[in-house]
Amino acid sequence: MNTQTQVITEHEIEHPNYMAVWAALLALTVLEVGALYLPFGKLVSVLTLLALSVVKAVLVGMYFMHLKFERWVLIAIIIYPLMLSVVLTVLTFLSLYRHWF
Amino acid sequence: MSHAAAMNMDVEIKTHQPIGLYNGKLGMWLFLCSEIMFFAGLIGAYIVLRLGTATWPQPGEILNIPLTGANTFILICSSVTMVKAFQYCHLNDKKKITLYLFLTFVFGVIFLSIQAVEYLKLAHEGLLPNGGINHLYGTCFYVLTCFHGCHVLGGVISIFFILIKSLLGHFDKDHYAPVELVGLYWHFVDLVWIILFTIVYLI
Repeated sequence: MNTQTQVITEHEIEHPNYMAVWAALLALTVLEVGALYLPFGKLVSVLTLLALSVVKAVLVGMYFMHLKFERWVLIAIIIYPLMLSVVLTVLTFLSLYRHWF
Repeated sequence: MSHAAAMNMDVEIKTHQPIGLYNGKLGMWLFLCSEIMFFAGLIGAYIVLRLGTATWPQPGEILNIPLTGANTFILICSSVTMVKAFQYCHLNDKKKITLYLFLTFVFGVIFLSIQAVEYLKLAHEGLLPNGGINHLYGTCFYVLTCFHGCHVLGGVISIFFILIKSLLGHFDKDHYAPVELVGLYWHFVDLVWIILFTIVYLI
């Protein structure tokens, strides 16, 4: 049986205002590129850019991928590799950042 | 498959959802979890190589940030059109589903085309994946962006196939699994690019 014949019986899927999310993502992208040309120190600049990209990623995940409206069990499945990836990346960065700043 | 057999399968799918997700969606999310680890490994390697290297080009010194910023905008637009196609599945509007899938496909092709132009320009200027003006920087840049580009290519091909199915009228408010699953993959590719754009181009 192919997927075209699957009758989906999940809980009702909500659709937020996607154009508002799109506008927010666009504004954040402009801010990111603009922040590059502001006279911040390197550390402030890096932290600002990372924070902006995390906000954008969260917006995509929450609204476009509907994680905000999904069941807790799916969140529990996703959170494990996500947190592990974040922790490993941050630890890698912290172990080496003194050579950079 | 006869109509009766298809109905029986439908009933089975309805009743066999132990965690409230149909199998395809659970499978796609598990695949995306493995992709999170895959890209985390690449980004971790990039951090180690970059911080362990004394000289690294400043943002905008080699790469064209305005061009890639525009490309990022295009990928974000493609995510919106993809999710709108999914929304119109629920609204049972087959013409809008096809329209938004087509727009997503076009945006994906534009993204890949701009990336190809960028590669050609950089190669012409001497930034190569295996040598050239800055060996390590070139390797890191091409590995990260090319792996992502391959994912975009996979997404574009998948969107092409569901676009054909949409033209044949396969999707409506009860039959939207392929649109949702390809959409999840496509949004993930967009999400990864948001992170890569910051790490590779802006920092």
